[in-house]
Amino acid sequence: MALLEVENLQTHFRTPDGVNRAVDGVSFEVAAGETLAIVGESGCGKSVTAMSILRLIPEPPGKIAGAIRFQGKDLLTLSEPEMRDIRGNEISMIFQEPMTSLNPVLNVGRQIGETLRLHQGLSAKDAEAKAVEMLTLVGIPEPGRRVREYPHQLSGGMRQRVMIAIALACNPKLLIADEPTTALDVTIQAQILELMRDLKHRVGAAIVLITHDLGVVAEVAERVVVMYAGKKVEEAPVGQLFRTPRHPYTQGLLGSMPKLGSSLTGTETRLAEIPGLVPSLKQKIPGCVFASRCSHATDLCVKVAPALELKAPGHIAACHYATKEGAIAA
Amino acid sequence: MFAYIVRRVLATIPVMAIVALFVFSLLYIAPGDPAAVIAGDQATPADVERIRASLGLDRPFLIRFGEWVWNILNGDMGVSIFTNLPVTTMIKQRIEPTLSLMILTLCLAITIAVPMGVIAAWKQGTWIDRAVMGFAVLGFSVPVFVVGYVLAYIFALELDWLPVQGYTAFSQGFFPWLENLILPSIALGGVYIALIARITRATMLEVLQQDYIRTARAKGAGQTNILFLHALKNAAVPIVTVIGIGIALLIGGAVVTESVFAIPGLGRLTVDAILRRDYPVIQGVVLLFSFIYVLVNLLIDLLYTLFDPRIRY
Repeated sequence: MALLEVENLQTHFRTPDGVNRAVDGVSFEVAAGETLAIVGESGCGKSVTAMSILRLIPEPPGKIAGAIRFQGKDLLTLSEPEMRDIRGNEISMIFQEPMTSLNPVLNVGRQIGETLRLHQGLSAKDAEAKAVEMLTLVGIPEPGRRVREYPHQLSGGMRQRVMIAIALACNPKLLIADEPTTALDVTIQAQILELMRDLKHRVGAAIVLITHDLGVVAEVAERVVVMYAGKKVEEAPVGQLFRTPRHPYTQGLLGSMPKLGSSLTGTETRLAEIPGLVPSLKQKIPGCVFASRCSHATDLCVKVAPALELKAPGHIAACHYATKEGAIAA
Repeated sequence: MFAYIVRRVLATIPVMAIVALFVFSLLYIAPGDPAAVIAGDQATPADVERIRASLGLDRPFLIRFGEWVWNILNGDMGVSIFTNLPVTTMIKQRIEPTLSLMILTLCLAITIAVPMGVIAAWKQGTWIDRAVMGFAVLGFSVPVFVVGYVLAYIFALELDWLPVQGYTAFSQGFFPWLENLILPSIALGGVYIALIARITRATMLEVLQQDYIRTARAKGAGQTNILFLHALKNAAVPIVTVIGIGIALLIGGAVVTESVFAIPGLGRLTVDAILRRDYPVIQGVVLLFSFIYVLVNLLIDLLYTLFDPRIRY
């Protein structure tokens, strides 16, 4: 049994001009200790997927349907207090914006300690001692002094380290990281990724990494889910996805990545872009969601939605024309 | 921090000096001649002149101002033209009921208004929110004396739960004191509660949108914890500011409330002094109220650092 099984997840938002199907029938699994990346461009539903797992979507206007089984029990059937016991304890989350994700008026020790006090019933004093320990673990110098400091006294990278300390304080089984490095400098990004990888081995947590940065994916993920317009379009082990992407959208994403050294080898070309825009999530699309932007699209694509099919061992894609060798004409 | 407190306390001196100058000038700005009032209808111009001289009203403005300030610093606010009692004595006799009324109203308003605003923000758009906002509009628009009379009619005359009017000193016991002050405090607090509840709701709505609230939820924090610790502490600065500014409402309202409920406080004293053109008393009371206002707002400035560590001086 996988640690987390998301089955046919549908997160819809009621808006004044129709229902926004932010996530529309997404399924995936995460095994214990595994790192799964969910990639896609802005607005494809990847963050909403992450928030849905912890049920952090305000309902209404949101509505989460499907099943999210964590260690076999469906999180969608739990009461709010039962859900609170899981949040920050068994499943925790890191957010994109370290600058605004920490409470500006509570000191760092208090914010790390809060999780421990909530879930492990530690006293204020023990919680602070453990907070110092956590700060040491995430590599913050002078943790004894920093623990009494406030977020505005820390740099962006340090704040993200604090967020990681909060997330890992209770030794969660699953860590959801929503664009954890996007707001950081490149050098700090590398440090944070290194830290996450290191801690993952130490704590043994599975990670769901939400990102649009394929570089990050290549570096830390074991398996990748590609999302487009609220749907999963492809899933594969990371190496396989980069070598032989089956879905034209994934090919487009990879093609839009600059390749280091291409100017030296003489293979320098203009970066490919995917023409067109993500379709509105407010109307149901009968065919393939990517058809309007796909250069290979045919009548079949516009009329019939392709099913997710196994194209190679462990590799599934939703494209009528993807073959075992790769996608058409690729 | 200590240096900041000293600086802030020193900064209130020029403020108080300007207030004092303004209060003193009232005598010159206000219409009517106090000497003529004291002399009465039958007096000759010579009588009026004699009284004027005896009060020192004929000497130059700045000299009299200097003297007046010097005397006040020495604890002498002059003598009432009407009762011939020292103004400080009159104020001492009247200050307890007014301070009691204001402090009770303040406590009542904060304990009612802040949770009201928080809950309205949490339940934004629901009937609870609308009820709170409706109450706030009512609180703003119905004058203190109307609320006062209605409350007195219902709870004192009809139900006979509480006394209609009057004041019992705190030294006579807490409950008799409280009994007499409940209705006046509610009447006086209406506008204040409305003001604080509205600002609390507005600030909380903004704070609840912030990323760190989502973080708190993701940690497994409960709703009460999120509202009253994570959010309210962030919303505290504007709320506390309005509480401080609102003290002015309480001072103004106390004058009316004391009249309605026949409380022998500074408000009544002020009204009586104004009607009698008893300038030393008017000056003393206005100066005292201004001093309280400046003091409260000084305290609030210092409180900011408690709520928001980003504020450093």
